[in-house]
Amino acid sequence: MTRQKRSRHRLKRAVAPYLYLSPSLVIIGLLMLLPMVTVIGYSFQNSAVLRRDPSFAGLKHYQAIFADPVFWASLWHTLYFTCMSVVFHMTIGMIFALMLNSDRINPTLRNILRVLYILPWLFTAVIIAVIWRLLLEPNGVVNSILMQLGIIGSKIEWFSSPETALHAVTFANIWAGYPLFMVSLLAGLQGIPKDLYEAADIDGAKAYQKLIFITIPQLMPIIISISLLDFIWTMQVFPLIWITTGGGPIYSTEVLSTYTYKLAFSSYNLSQASASAVVILLISLGLTLFYIRYQKAR
Amino acid sequence: MTFRIKSAMLKMAAAAWLLGATGAMADTTLEFTQWWEPELPAGSLRAIMNDFEAANPGIKVTLVSGPYATTRDQISVGAATGTLSDVVGLDGAWVNNLNAQGALADMNPMMDASKFDKAQVADIIKVDGKAVMFPVASFVYPVFVNLDLAAKAGVTTLPSTRAEFLEAAKKMTHADKNQYGWVLPLSLQTPSGVQNDMMSWVWASGQSMMADGKPALEGKPVVDMLTFVKSLNDAGTISPGIATKTEQEKVEEFVNDRVGMMIDSLAHVNLIRKRNPNLNFDLIPVPVVEGYTGKRGLPYASWGIGISASSKHQEEAWKLVQYLMSEKVNAKLVSLANAFPGNVNAKPDFVTSDKAFAKAFEIFKTGYLANEFTGLPVAEDLMTQFDVQAQKMLAGEQTPEEAAAAAQKGWMAKF
Repeated sequence: MTRQKRSRHRLKRAVAPYLYLSPSLVIIGLLMLLPMVTVIGYSFQNSAVLRRDPSFAGLKHYQAIFADPVFWASLWHTLYFTCMSVVFHMTIGMIFALMLNSDRINPTLRNILRVLYILPWLFTAVIIAVIWRLLLEPNGVVNSILMQLGIIGSKIEWFSSPETALHAVTFANIWAGYPLFMVSLLAGLQGIPKDLYEAADIDGAKAYQKLIFITIPQLMPIIISISLLDFIWTMQVFPLIWITTGGGPIYSTEVLSTYTYKLAFSSYNLSQASASAVVILLISLGLTLFYIRYQKAR
Repeated sequence: MTFRIKSAMLKMAAAAWLLGATGAMADTTLEFTQWWEPELPAGSLRAIMNDFEAANPGIKVTLVSGPYATTRDQISVGAATGTLSDVVGLDGAWVNNLNAQGALADMNPMMDASKFDKAQVADIIKVDGKAVMFPVASFVYPVFVNLDLAAKAGVTTLPSTRAEFLEAAKKMTHADKNQYGWVLPLSLQTPSGVQNDMMSWVWASGQSMMADGKPALEGKPVVDMLTFVKSLNDAGTISPGIATKTEQEKVEEFVNDRVGMMIDSLAHVNLIRKRNPNLNFDLIPVPVVEGYTGKRGLPYASWGIGISASSKHQEEAWKLVQYLMSEKVNAKLVSLANAFPGNVNAKPDFVTSDKAFAKAFEIFKTGYLANEFTGLPVAEDLMTQFDVQAQKMLAGEQTPEEAAAAAQKGWMAKF
C-alpha cells in the first residue's frame, strides 16, 4: 500500500463516524441549536422580530427584567411550584410504588390500583387543568364535600384567591405528575435482590429499618435521576398554570413561563421575552449539567 | 436552410408571444389571511370569494385561515418579516402595533382614487391619520337578562341605570342557591373582560377612558365605574371566582340559570339557545349613569380588514376590500356570522327573522359603536394591567382611586 493510499484510508476512517452522525447533527442543529441561538440573539436586540432592522441593545433587556418585581415574584413562584411538586411527586410515587410492590395486597386489587394510580399520567395538561378547575371552582365538588364535612364554613375560591391559588395549582400538578416516579420506583423495587430482605429478616430488622437501610439506598440512583429530570420539566410547566389561573390572581401564580409568554404575546416585547427565556434556559442548563455529571459519576 | 431558420425563428417568436400573452392574462392571486373562515358555516367564505373571482376576472383569492390566536401570531410575524398577506383580517387591538411596524397600507388614497363613498361604512379605523382598517362585521355586547330569574326576584322593569342594575342584581342574588345577579370574568388568560364587562359601563354613558389621545383613568368616568363594580362586589352580587373566570365560563353560568345578568357578545345568542333551549332571556343596552339621556356607546368586537403595505397587488386587494364592504355582500357575510354590518346600508336577514336580534339591532341603531381599545398600543397588555389593579381592588387591597392611579401609571409607560 502506497503512502498516499494509506493516508486516504486513514482520512476515510476518521471521517466515517461523523458521516454516520451527520443526519442527527443536522437535525439537532436545525431544531435545537438554531432556535436557541436565535432567541439568545433576540435578547440583545431592540424590537426583535417586530422590526426588520433591529438595533443592538446590549444587556438592556436583561436589566429591565431584573428590575421588574414581577420577574422576581415569578422566579420565587417557579421555585415553590417546582420544589413542592418534586418532593410530593417523589413521596406519593414512593408510597404507591411500595403499595403496588407489596405481597400483602391481593393481586386483583393490586392490578386495579395499578390502573387507577397511573390514570393521571394518561391525561393531557389541558384535561388536567379543566378537571381541577371544575373540582375546585367555588361551587365545585371539593367545596361541597368540605362544607358537608364541616371542615370549611364558607366557599373557598381556590384558584381565584391570592392566598390559595399557588397552592391549588401546585396541588393539581402534584396529582398530574406522581405516576412518573411511581412507575420508575416500582421498576426499581422489582430489581432489588430478595436475599437482601431475607438477610434483614434473619437479623430481625423491622419494616421501617428495611425501608431505610435497603430499599431507599437501592433506589437512590433512580430517585436522584428522576428528581433532577422532574425538576427540569416542572420548571417549564406552562399549560396547566395558564389554563387554571393565567398567572393570576394579581400575579400570585405567575411563573417564569407565563411571565415570558405575556411579555411575548401580550406586550409584544419579544426582546424582553427572549431575555426571560434565556434566564430559564440558563437555569435549566445548570440543572442539566448537574444531571450529566451525576450520570457520569455513576 | 434559410427557410428552416426562418421557420424556427417564427416558431420561437410565436412561442414568445404566447408566453407573453398568457403572462399578461395570468391571474393575480391575492392571499387573504383571517380567522373568520373557521367561525363561519363551512364553505361560506370560500363561496363569497368565488363570487368575487367571478365578478373580477383575473383575480384569484387564496384563503389562509386559522384560529384567532394563531392568525394573530402569524400576522405579527408576517409584519416583521415583510411577508404579510395582501389582505389581512384584523382585530382593532392589533392595528397600532402593525402600523408602528409600517405593515399596513393607508387606504385613504385608494378610497379617493376609486371615489369610495365613505358615508356607507360604519367606521374607519385611523392611526396617525392613516386609514388602516374597516370593521367588516361587528359583534356588539348588550346585557343579557334571565327573565325567569328576574321575575322570581320581583324585578319587573329591566334596569336602565346603574342604580337600577345594582338593585336588580341584589334581588336576583341568592348565594345559598348558587345564584348571583351579575358575572364578571377577569381571568388574566384573556383579559378582554376589562374591555367588555368593565369599560363598557363607561362607554355606555357616552364617557371616555381617554383624554386627548392619552389615558385618563384617574378621571371621574373610570373611577366611578370602578366604584360601581366594587359596590356590586361588596353587595355579594357577583358570581364568585372573578379573578380566573373566562368569557366561556361566564356564558355557561348564564346558560345554567346561575346568574341573572351578563354583558356578552350578541354572537353567543345561538350558542345560548342551543345550550339551554328553555332559557327565557332578553337583551337590554348597558345601563347608564343617573341622568344620562344621550346616545349610548355600544361596546363591540369586530372582524376588521386591511391591506398589507408590502403587497404587490394593492389595487386588486382594494377591490376585494370594497367588495366585502359593499351593501349586499356585507349583508350576506354578517348574516352568516350573526354580526352587525360594517356597511350602514346593509341589513342582515336575521334582523327580520329573529326577535332577539331585531331587538339588538334596534339597540345598535340607536347607539354608536364604542371600543376605545381599538387602535391603542399593546391593547391586550393595557387590559392585563388594568385587570390586575381591578383584581387588587376587588380583593380589598386598594380603593377604586388607587386602582385607577396604578393603572394610569402602567398605561402611561406604553404611550
